Amino acid sequence: MKELWELFICFLRIGMVTFGGGYAMLPILVRDLDEKRHWCTTDELMDYFAIGQCTPGVITLNVSTFIGNKRKGIPGALVASLGFLTVPIIIILIIAAFLTNFADLPVVKDAFAGIRVCVCVLILQAVLRLWKKSVVDKKALGLYLVVLFLTVFSSVLPVSIPAAVLVIASGVFGILFGKENTLTQESGGEDE
Amino acid sequence: MMTLLRLVYEFFKAGLFSIGGGLATLPFLYEMSDHTGWFTHTDIADMIAVSESTPGAIGINMATYAGYKTSGILGGFCATVGLAMPSIIIILIVAHFLNKFRDSRYVARAFYGLRPASIAMISAAGISVVKITMFNLPAFETSHLITDLFSWKAWILGILIFIGEKKLKWHPIVFIAIAAAAGIVFHFAQ
Repeated sequence: MKELWELFICFLRIGMVTFGGGYAMLPILVRDLDEKRHWCTTDELMDYFAIGQCTPGVITLNVSTFIGNKRKGIPGALVASLGFLTVPIIIILIIAAFLTNFADLPVVKDAFAGIRVCVCVLILQAVLRLWKKSVVDKKALGLYLVVLFLTVFSSVLPVSIPAAVLVIASGVFGILFGKENTLTQESGGEDE
Repeated sequence: MMTLLRLVYEFFKAGLFSIGGGLATLPFLYEMSDHTGWFTHTDIADMIAVSESTPGAIGINMATYAGYKTSGILGGFCATVGLAMPSIIIILIVAHFLNKFRDSRYVARAFYGLRPASIAMISAAGISVVKITMFNLPAFETSHLITDLFSWKAWILGILIFIGEKKLKWHPIVFIAIAAAAGIVFHFAQ
């Protein structure tokens, strides 16, 4: 029971700060789930992010479900996911009930223009932190560049490839040309 | 009661097919708006703005909002749970198989490809945020002055946060709060 409560509170806190589509969450997740609580490794988080790209739903919600399930099975998964959803639900209920033009308030616009700067830094840190472990050789670098190109220019290219297709193709690429010694368990904790 | 069930059902459907995060929900929301009349297209546009300025993803926020508008607080809750349910169920299934096949060579190799792809998509998301946050393309296009291209206040704050995180090792939430305060004090939205 105590552990379920801990799960709920942990993901409630994470749900409070999910700005910028979840990608900026990686440094926060690494900090809270790996370094502080040791509920999972950074490598596992990356795997969850990769899986989250090709399954429905918000990536951070997927991570909540994964970690909850890992700690306490299905009840854990439900409690963690509910914890993650609680704050966004309350905030939107308050906005829907009381504030009609919330997003137009100058103070709100200024605050979130500031937060977006922090989101940029957080995403940059996520990439730097994970680079060494994921882009392990030239083949992986090539794959990174191809996926980056196709994603960034998806709106300009004649055919835009859905993210889910890119992810599945990358998995197949790995199965065909990859190396095996990159899986999570062997690599130990964070080197910081 | 029927409305509540319908809310759960409609948002369950949207949740099931919106692969790859928040914005993927949008086409389903427009369709739902036409079908049910629970909210208008303008509501969706407003909700995009609200979602950019609150924690939580657009799909989740829209579910809460539409649910509240149709049947109050309980409605908001039901619609949101409906939207999240497919994602939770699918991840539980994936987690089950992942544990079973953890040691499989094929899973290990698949992740060799999945990780660079994942980082690439995170980078792409970063580039799109940087484009609207650190640069001022509209101003540059009208004046063609290189000094107008960069949002100088944003660069200064960004560099300070980057150095601060490295040196101070505070929790990222602290830096989000500092960034919000700096945004308000120095009027970042202009």
